[in-house]
Amino acid sequence: MPKYILKRAIMSLITAFLVATLTFFVMNMVPGGPFLSEKAVTPQAQAAMEAKYGLDKPLFQQYTTYMTGILKGDFGLSIKKRGRTVSQIIGTKFPVSAKVGGLALILAVCTGIPLGAVAAFNRGKFIDNLLVVLSTAGIAIPSFLSSTILIYIFTTKLKWLPSLGLKDAQSYIMPVVALALYPTFYMARLMRSSMLDVMGQDYMRTAKAKGVTTFKAIFKHALRNAILPVITYLGPLLAALMTGSFIIEKIFNIPGLGSEFVSSITSRDYPMIMGTTIFLAVFIIIMNLFVDIAYAIVDPRIKLK
Amino acid sequence: MEEIKNNPLSLQWSLEDFTPASVEDKESLVFMRESVSFWKDGLHRFRKNKIAMSALFIVFLITICCFLIPGVYPYKYEQQMKGSERLAPMQYSKTEQKQIDAGEKVFPHLLGTDQNGRDYMIRVLVGGRVSMTVGLVASVLILVIGSIFGAIAGYFGGLVDMIMMRIVDIIYTVPDVLIIILLAQTLKFPLEALASKPGFAWMQKLGSNMISMFIVFALLYWVGMARIVRSQIMVLKQSEYVTAAKALGAGSGRIIFKHLIVNCIGTLIVTTTLQIPSSIFTESFLSFLGLGVQAPMPSLGSLASAALNGFQTYPEKLFAPAFLIFIIILSFNLLGDGLRDAFDPKLKQQ
Repeated sequence: MPKYILKRAIMSLITAFLVATLTFFVMNMVPGGPFLSEKAVTPQAQAAMEAKYGLDKPLFQQYTTYMTGILKGDFGLSIKKRGRTVSQIIGTKFPVSAKVGGLALILAVCTGIPLGAVAAFNRGKFIDNLLVVLSTAGIAIPSFLSSTILIYIFTTKLKWLPSLGLKDAQSYIMPVVALALYPTFYMARLMRSSMLDVMGQDYMRTAKAKGVTTFKAIFKHALRNAILPVITYLGPLLAALMTGSFIIEKIFNIPGLGSEFVSSITSRDYPMIMGTTIFLAVFIIIMNLFVDIAYAIVDPRIKLK
Repeated sequence: MEEIKNNPLSLQWSLEDFTPASVEDKESLVFMRESVSFWKDGLHRFRKNKIAMSALFIVFLITICCFLIPGVYPYKYEQQMKGSERLAPMQYSKTEQKQIDAGEKVFPHLLGTDQNGRDYMIRVLVGGRVSMTVGLVASVLILVIGSIFGAIAGYFGGLVDMIMMRIVDIIYTVPDVLIIILLAQTLKFPLEALASKPGFAWMQKLGSNMISMFIVFALLYWVGMARIVRSQIMVLKQSEYVTAAKALGAGSGRIIFKHLIVNCIGTLIVTTTLQIPSSIFTESFLSFLGLGVQAPMPSLGSLASAALNGFQTYPEKLFAPAFLIFIIILSFNLLGDGLRDAFDPKLKQQ
């Protein structure tokens, strides 16, 4: 196991390095630059700005400077937000996104998995059909729609919940629900089909034959095996939710990493783009590694090599 | 003779038992069904699935509505009517009211008009057409690129597989928003320059955003398909017919295209059908970012995101395109599920 983790870590480092390199060159090759949007910049002022951020040097030299900076833990200064380092900005924005995303993940796991399991146990009955219809409809709603419908009902009509910002606990409800909607129903579908798969297996019949109670059979044999595909989905999901959904953050006016990232791309804040991309890439890679390890713990048949 | 036959210990046999069977006798012994091909079997199971059949019917209906009705509709999607801005559904503007009073027939604005005086019903229908086109074209692009990439990686294995799958990993890890925004900005000017040249007039009609959207799909979203196809090919390449083809001297290209990809056609159909709704999803997301199709051409995503600003006063402007997106995605999802139940060999036994 430690050998496997080491091997994966090295592979991940290579992937992260390639992602960083690719992003750096793609970003710089795209026409335009960070100072184009600012009006009435004299050529001298622009040259001075470029010199300050090292943008006047040859591209390859910029690349090596940036890469050696990263190795020392220095992600550079943001161009658009004067005087703040990229690490500081990510450090303040990420916790906001992570809190909303983490709550959404907990909500999705705690409702999606039981819903799917319940549907599978009542296969063909009314409750199963209802859940299948609900979950198929649930994954057909784009997030910007579900969140506007939520706002329409709970803010405009009922006036129960605030629609903007994250001031108090109440204001978390709508963004978290909107964010959790898709993964909840997706997981319910996934759980249902894998549960049905497991319940048809021979070992379930064996368990019944040797007199294991239904309760024990479900929790000890069925759930543990059925949850594997859901765990696979959990890795990318965790990364996607924690790093912030641009749409949800824009609609609910949440100062998270997702909306920060999009605005840094449109304004060509090069150090900010690089920093966030590397951060996201490393986060996704670590989450996938966690999932693989969790997989081996849940399913002893899997040997990590 | 009679005596002999009645004696159970006699070794004499009746010669009648050895006469060749007549055709009728032979036929009465045949209990075999007609052989059922893969397609017939799948179609039979698909037809029995009521939900999938109604989903297919709805997809068919929406396709007809979105592709044929705009041709005969009395209004055009880009036609701006002065004086009839922001009409409620079924409401007439003052000039139209005068025409009606004078005895003329005026086609009602079924869903009202938008802030530029354009009939909203036709915009929603054309938007549905654009979204469906984007979904279909993007899915075909993803199908072609993903299946070829996945098949090559899966068939050759080893170092080739490792390098190709690292490329997939990298594309998977680079945030897609980054590539989409950068690509849209990069491609804008070259595409517009290309569109103004003779022979590329069709590009102007589509708009540079739509083309760069297809390029985005072709560059980024095939990785899921590649992974699925790769895992299928890795199992299939162990089959005897591949060994047989190799023994007969078939080249790798022939084996991949003539034997392997053809044999995972079921998976390909299902994955592509399920890819269509997710492409429509992505298109509506891109439109929300302002990177979707170019005005005045509508798409369901751009209509919905434009309606977001005023949805408290004009909720129907949001709910009409939203409902159509919902119905399209839902029926494609149900159709895909039905196709999977019908054609996935793993689900056959259950």
